Amino acid sequence: MLIPKNNANQMRTRILVKIVEKFLQGRFADADRIPLELRPKGGEVSRCCIYKDRAILKYRCMASMGFAPEDETDELTSLKEYGEKALERTTHAVNKLSVITDACSGCIRSRYLVTDACRGCFAKPCQINCPKQAISIVNGRSNIDPDKCISCGRCQEVCPYHAIIRVPIPCEEACPVGAISKDESGKEHIDPEKCILCGKCLQSCPFGAVVEMSQIVDVLKLLADENKKVVAMLAPAVLGQFPGTINNLIGALKKLGFADVVEVAIGADITTKKEAAEFLEKMKNGEKLMTSSCCPAYYKAADIHIPEIKPFVSHTRTPMYYTAELLKQEQPDCVSVFVGPCLAKRFEAESDPNVDYVLTFEEIGAMFVASGINVADCEPEEFAKISCAQGRRFPVSGGVAGAIASLVGDKAEFKPTAINGLNKANIKLLKQYATKGSEFNMVEVMCCEGGCVAGPGCVALAKKSAIMVENYVKTAPDLNEQKD
Amino acid sequence: MEKVKVKICCGTSCFVMGAAQIQVLEFAPPADIADKIEIEEARCMNHCKDTTAKYNRGPFVMVNDELIEEANFEKVVNKIREILNQEK
Ligand code: SF4
Ligand code: SF4
Ligand code: FES
Repeated sequence: MLIPKNNANQMRTRILVKIVEKFLQGRFADADRIPLELRPKGGEVSRCCIYKDRAILKYRCMASMGFAPEDETDELTSLKEYGEKALERTTHAVNKLSVITDACSGCIRSRYLVTDACRGCFAKPCQINCPKQAISIVNGRSNIDPDKCISCGRCQEVCPYHAIIRVPIPCEEACPVGAISKDESGKEHIDPEKCILCGKCLQSCPFGAVVEMSQIVDVLKLLADENKKVVAMLAPAVLGQFPGTINNLIGALKKLGFADVVEVAIGADITTKKEAAEFLEKMKNGEKLMTSSCCPAYYKAADIHIPEIKPFVSHTRTPMYYTAELLKQEQPDCVSVFVGPCLAKRFEAESDPNVDYVLTFEEIGAMFVASGINVADCEPEEFAKISCAQGRRFPVSGGVAGAIASLVGDKAEFKPTAINGLNKANIKLLKQYATKGSEFNMVEVMCCEGGCVAGPGCVALAKKSAIMVENYVKTAPDLNEQKD
Repeated sequence: MEKVKVKICCGTSCFVMGAAQIQVLEFAPPADIADKIEIEEARCMNHCKDTTAKYNRGPFVMVNDELIEEANFEKVVNKIREILNQEK
């Protein structure tokens, strides 16, 4: 089922646009108007009242400026002051996701609920099968005592009328690693020790209570500084994210103030070569399995949640790593900004000295909107280096394994499978592969279902972007024919 | 019966502000309207430029000759249904 981003996610884009607008108009002098402009008097209200809406918008603005809502020490600190602080800082905001406590609706704990469809039947299979005796009959209808219920779901399975439903909590349901959970007051919190920064909770909360700390202000400041050479490294999922061609996009980014634009698909080509070589080496040494390593959310999940799979994760670095390494060799004085679909890349960048900042397509989009740049009208420009088909297909599920397969050829037996989207079930599967073995020897893992084209920082629909990626692949040379 | 024309603005401003997501209509339209609509990707219709509030009113979608401001999937589908119901 294809579901468009919810309104809460669209609000995030609007806020980013406002942040850029207020920066351009006067270095945040007017930033405190943002909540008022987005929730004007007499307009629509989405929560209990306009004032609560505005209070929450302020927290969302803080996050877009790179400050975590929970780090607020004085409620009276204005957005103008936060803006100034953001412009003063020399290292970017912390990388994390947070829950705006006031926006979290404190959804009831995952549990089972008896609906009107209950007929209060004679057989009462729900009551008989409940192992905790949590079900009693109240007013001729079955009733679950939440204090006794352990959410095992037996009652739901046995009711012939389907009268019992499970009420999930969207964010907890979405989190593959159990990093988001309730405190005593029923509000959600993210444990930074467990979080893999996949962004799934952020996409799933229908109240938009989860925010991530943006680096947009840090990059805006650098772009406005004439003495800085800021270079954009475009992730291959960029195809289809903005109307117009990729060549128009280079022109548009230069209008924003980027000095140069390079393709991360170039780095993906290098990853392909090294990972194929590593695979051959490993198989020669009799190893049974290798998994990809280019998705940082998976990498982090393997590191802290799936220790069984860790020894099998490839040691080859990611496309972003090789792209940034090349870039800094050629232009050592530049500031490098990875532009992609991914929130987890922010965490990867922390340990990569060659990557200075990470922005999402959405954040770049907000810059275009507030600067009045229409990508399709921008002067088309060419990349200095041409990427190959292999690297260009990295952002769709199956792309990484496919690229490696094309270089391995018949030099070894290649039995690939793809984990298309990390979730609780797939994590179990990975553990099984590691401990019990499998019929595969290469596992590609992408945390986002569909691949990076479905990443949390995307503008376009994954389907649209995937089509554009495939078209772009068709026009590219084959890595096998490339001379070094 | 004539199909309802849905013109989704795909200028950068509208696209980023949410028109990209309204394109779901192309892939998975609600069953009742699926074969009754004709979707067009429009270039910037200049609405994002001519008011003082500018882009803040986007994304823009035209359903037949009606302009929808701050459009989202839900608003567009409702408008289409409204028009179809009138024609009945
Ligand atoms: S791991 Fe993903 S879903 Fe879980 S809290 Fe972190 S960002 Fe949210
Ligand atoms: S699949 Fe791609 S976008 Fe999603 S978390 Fe992994 S690297 Fe990031
Ligand atoms: S981009 Fe839609 S009106 Fe300009």
